[in-house]
Amino acid sequence: MGTHLWNRKHLLGMADLSREEIHAILDAAASLREVNRRDIKKVPTLRGKTVINLFYENSTRTRTSFELAGKRMSADVINMSVASSSVKKGETLYDTLATLQAMNPDLVVIRHPESGAQEFLARHLDASLVNAGDGRHEHPTQALLDLLTIHDNLPLLEQADFSGLIVAVCGDSLHSRVARSVALGLRTLGAEVRFVGPPGLLPPRAEEAFGVRVFHHLEQGLEGAHVVMALRLQLERMSVGFIPSVREYFAFWGLTKARLAVAAPNAIVMHPGPINRGVEIASEVADDGERSVILDQVANGLAVRMAVMYRLCGVGGGR
Amino acid sequence: MSGFLWIRGARVVDPANGLDATADLLVGDGVIRQVGRCDAPLGCPVLDADGLVLAPGLVDMHVHLREPGFEYKETIAGGTRAAAAGGVTTVAAMPNTRPVNDDPSVTGYILQKARSEGWVNVVPIGAVTRGLAGQELTEMGLQIRAGCVAFSDDGRPVADSGMMRRALEYASAFGTLIIQHAEDPALAGHGCMHEGVISSRLGLPGMPSEAESIMVDRDLRLVALTRGRYHVAHISTGQAVEAVGRARAMGLPVSCEVAPHHFALTDEAVLGYDTDAKMSPPLRGPEERNALLEGLARGIITVIATDHAPHDPDSKRVEFCQASNGVVGLETLLPVSLELVRDGVLGLSACLAAMTVAPARLLGLNRGTLTPGMPADLVLFDLDAPWVVDAARLHGTSRNTCFHGRRVRGRVRKTFVAGRIVHDDDA
Repeated sequence: MGTHLWNRKHLLGMADLSREEIHAILDAAASLREVNRRDIKKVPTLRGKTVINLFYENSTRTRTSFELAGKRMSADVINMSVASSSVKKGETLYDTLATLQAMNPDLVVIRHPESGAQEFLARHLDASLVNAGDGRHEHPTQALLDLLTIHDNLPLLEQADFSGLIVAVCGDSLHSRVARSVALGLRTLGAEVRFVGPPGLLPPRAEEAFGVRVFHHLEQGLEGAHVVMALRLQLERMSVGFIPSVREYFAFWGLTKARLAVAAPNAIVMHPGPINRGVEIASEVADDGERSVILDQVANGLAVRMAVMYRLCGVGGGR
Repeated sequence: MSGFLWIRGARVVDPANGLDATADLLVGDGVIRQVGRCDAPLGCPVLDADGLVLAPGLVDMHVHLREPGFEYKETIAGGTRAAAAGGVTTVAAMPNTRPVNDDPSVTGYILQKARSEGWVNVVPIGAVTRGLAGQELTEMGLQIRAGCVAFSDDGRPVADSGMMRRALEYASAFGTLIIQHAEDPALAGHGCMHEGVISSRLGLPGMPSEAESIMVDRDLRLVALTRGRYHVAHISTGQAVEAVGRARAMGLPVSCEVAPHHFALTDEAVLGYDTDAKMSPPLRGPEERNALLEGLARGIITVIATDHAPHDPDSKRVEFCQASNGVVGLETLLPVSLELVRDGVLGLSACLAAMTVAPARLLGLNRGTLTPGMPADLVLFDLDAPWVVDAARLHGTSRNTCFHGRRVRGRVRKTFVAGRIVHDDDA
């Protein structure tokens, strides 16, 4: 694990990361996976370090993943869940940060419903920060675990590296921090990225903003794709007029086995979870052991988060 | 010779009178007595203004003084102090105070406060509708009698087409101006910045330019229907500028103003989620900015106004979408506008006209010129002096500037209101 490739204090987004930095984390994650297969799943890398998981949004999988990652590296991990409604009632983010600062943590993992919350934190806190999702902006550890999962599957896809790869990101990319982070990371690594979905659910001027290709018809977007990533559709999108109904959405943008026929021969299917079966993805696809790598994503998430913590504040992690 | 001042050797620029020449100006008892070669009385104090520009004091027709009700953001005293520092001698105070200025008693309060505590002239703008609620017209006639010079629900649009029609019709009885914060509320939605490449990258909900232009298009049709006088506040889009240009060409009583931040900056300033770059309308993309510069050059945009909007730190030190809209601008109005002159968009006289005689005429004020007999509201500035905007050195109560750190040229040396020095940079 070379140390010269990484000298960042924070991981705020994929937009900041170079190809070398991405690989530095993926390499570290690939090595750390071995820890998770051991009988005693613990290394002393972060002993004496304090990690605070500050979650302003409900999240089971991401919070658990960060918590476990910290604990397997011997850090003291504290979870702080702050319901977003209580923010409106009382304490401002600024005041919460002042309180946190007084506890002098080494690493703060933050998830927040507002885009840009991590930048706000970085301005007011001395600790290293990991963005675990801010609004619809970025979710870099999700992107990194997706990249690791894709990387693992490159031989299956008969690709030497990311440069010849076509990745179709399907669904509501407008509201998706995962779509943004994944697209930015993949573009940095040289892959072709497609945003596929109904026009109102794609970020305005996505081609310019992210260097992606935009498709409104699922079949066209899937054609020749090596990786198909389905995004979760928030069910409240219906009530505010983005799309008319779940039935209609699934009929035109739901990922089914039949539609996948136009993708590349061994194409893999990914999903950041949690899955809405019968909304953005059919069960026959989600549960297809040949194609679906959704559970690999979860396992890789743990390794990637360990790698990120190691790079940011582990002994010999680079800084 | 008390009461007299002989300002000697300045480059005197008086757009209203087509004057741009080295000249003297004689002030006596608060009034401009002579411009050109002056017969100063014996013993008259002399101010040597060699190398400086002397112009009418600036008139800013779009300012939020926040008093009454939001004195923790700004006061009439603090806001007019900032104005004096910026060379602004008359400010039009927007009515979104608490209580809203929708009643002659509030207008009276503001004027009384301005007389006792203000550094420069304050002219109140009354609300179009009671409580800015968009439902009932205010007593415009009584408000004018109390001192209001125009009407606006600024901060929010008069959204209802029927209400806007009534407002334009009724205001025309008094020949007064309706100033519109042009924004289609449903189209703007929950947007907190301009919709474009940057909003997509930042993952912030955007407001499309059409939210402004659709409202301007609608209003212009209502102006054609009613012949009421109509002014677009802080215009920010090319489409709206084009529409105003067409309406003016048709002879409709229509005008618009632009704020310095809109012609000087783009939505790139929001990168990093800087809440001091958050305002309504938002900073737009480069193509919109270019359209604003073109609108200025073509004389469609005739007024530069700041939309000076002070906010306390707690209103800005929050997540981007939660932050209050608005930036202060009085103290950066002149230097940022002078960039238009250096960039060849406007001549110096045209640039100053947009901040003096043009807004004064729209508001029916007998100000903004150096015609002898007028109150001696003057600004004396160094056209080329370079300085760096420093939020900490601003004079108002709040410091939420989007120009912090900007290298500018053009420095106010002295500001006079009715012949009295209200700001002295050399002091």
